[in-house]
Amino acid sequence: MTVVELENVSFAYGEQPAVRDVSLTVEEGDFLGLIGPNGSGKTTLLHLMLGLRSPDSGSIELFGEPVAAFDDGERIGYVSQQATSGGGSMPVTVREAVTMGRFAHAGHGRLSDADRGAVDDALETVGITELADRQVNELSGGQRQRAYIARALASEADLLALDEPTVGVDAESRDAFYQLLESLNDSGITIILIEHDIGVVTDRANRIACINTELYHHGDTESFVESDALTEAYGATGQVVHHHH
Amino acid sequence: MSGSRSLRRRLELAGIGLTAILAIAMVGLLVVDALRSSPVVGGMYDQARIAGRLLDVALGTNVFSHPFIWRSVATGILIGIVAPLVGTYLVHREMALIGETLAHTAFAGVAIGLLVNAITGWDGPLMVVALVVGVLGALGVQWLIERTDTYGDVPIAIMLTGSFAIGTLIISLDRTTGIDVRDYLFGNISVVTPSGAQLMAVISVLVVVTVVATYKQLLFITFDEQAARVARLNVTWYNTLLIVMTAVVVVGAIQILGVILVAAMLVVPVATATQLAHSFRETLYLSILFGQIAVIGGFAFSISQGLPTGGSIVVVAIACYLLAVLASSRSTAAISTH
Repeated sequence: MTVVELENVSFAYGEQPAVRDVSLTVEEGDFLGLIGPNGSGKTTLLHLMLGLRSPDSGSIELFGEPVAAFDDGERIGYVSQQATSGGGSMPVTVREAVTMGRFAHAGHGRLSDADRGAVDDALETVGITELADRQVNELSGGQRQRAYIARALASEADLLALDEPTVGVDAESRDAFYQLLESLNDSGITIILIEHDIGVVTDRANRIACINTELYHHGDTESFVESDALTEAYGATGQVVHHHH
Repeated sequence: MSGSRSLRRRLELAGIGLTAILAIAMVGLLVVDALRSSPVVGGMYDQARIAGRLLDVALGTNVFSHPFIWRSVATGILIGIVAPLVGTYLVHREMALIGETLAHTAFAGVAIGLLVNAITGWDGPLMVVALVVGVLGALGVQWLIERTDTYGDVPIAIMLTGSFAIGTLIISLDRTTGIDVRDYLFGNISVVTPSGAQLMAVISVLVVVTVVATYKQLLFITFDEQAARVARLNVTWYNTLLIVMTAVVVVGAIQILGVILVAAMLVVPVATATQLAHSFRETLYLSILFGQIAVIGGFAFSISQGLPTGGSIVVVAIACYLLAVLASSRSTAAISTH
């Protein structure tokens, strides 16, 4: 089944094109790494896929439905770029934040025991059960990312979209975090990951989309590593981040 | 640790329960007041007045035998619930000054109401006109924010000063009414009319029901607006709902607190609660409790000392805030020494 399908999608901020004529598909079970230099339109492309922005032209489908009409909010888990610093001074516990993943299920009704069970399971899966009563803004960056992933799991999302989730997270927690993503992917969850560290992406993802306004490569990881897409896409702006193990 | 926490939770719930009983009693009092000419309720009204006199005799005061004081106290108690309730979401969305802006819009509403009264001779309640103008102002602010894509200060500053400017222009057109504008600027318990108090009762019931029904959605949007959009919550609709509820609460609250001080009740009890709370739900509960302490303490202080009520309420609220800051910095120090 196709999770996301983009056809000839373009989007501009005023006169400044951010995404030009991009077509790509994400299939169920894919682990797609979305890479490109700073300001290349990665986040914009992800926002387009999730329906946070509407394209100027082209069509986007989510789970086989036009994205504007898609309303199964619980099928998507989203961890935004600001998530590591977010929450501010708001006193919200980890359990409250994870429970938000059930809100799309519950609507205006009360949360059921099944909802609470899903929250407990999600906390357990990402290994933060003992942090459930702590405030989100007291957590380290890595713990906070796990809380957001748990929110997506509580929602029973089929698609997990993450925008540079490990900015400001220490190396050890980062490795553990990517192992968690890999095991979630193995259990059948489709993942779209924006990551500036190309080493992480080529290690973990099975598909790569490399963009710099236009799509330079879309295919499996092996063909990406062999291609010149990286140097072409980064050529103009330079600065590739390599990560060595 | 867990023992003291569950004790704390029980105390909070008891406080909320007491507040709910108090609120229901106050709404009941306003209903009795509104229906006092009917034969059935008239008897209850007379009994309530006798109870007020007895209370005065017992306390050695000359306060509770006056119906206008009941109306003011009832209005104040209800403000002490709904203002912090809505304010909890506003403060954590960093929209605290929206309340101030909407109070100024409501002031323009009061001015328009006075003008309508003068021109048409229609003696419709001023607060209803203020309510309509306040809600329109709220939708205007929301429209500006959507267009400028931010809750930044600029659209808010324009709206705040602009509506106040219009208010002053309209007030100056009409020098014939006996109503003192200062009553609306600084609040005055004697301007709480029967219809104003009844309006507050209706507002309170509507706001509490709406927040209970949309608690989850408002929380999600406040905490992580983008993720809430991805979860297909209608964020624009809930934002509009929150801002309209704010306008409605503010219009009710300016009767006691005045245009200039009304934002304090949206912000200060919430700031106090945030110093002490461990969770969002606890923040809501504590905000309401601190709202009640401010209103009841403020009334007691102002009546006993013969001082303005609005200022007294705000001063008590800020005293609570300062105590909470001291208490929470001490508890942080206690934790860090372990």
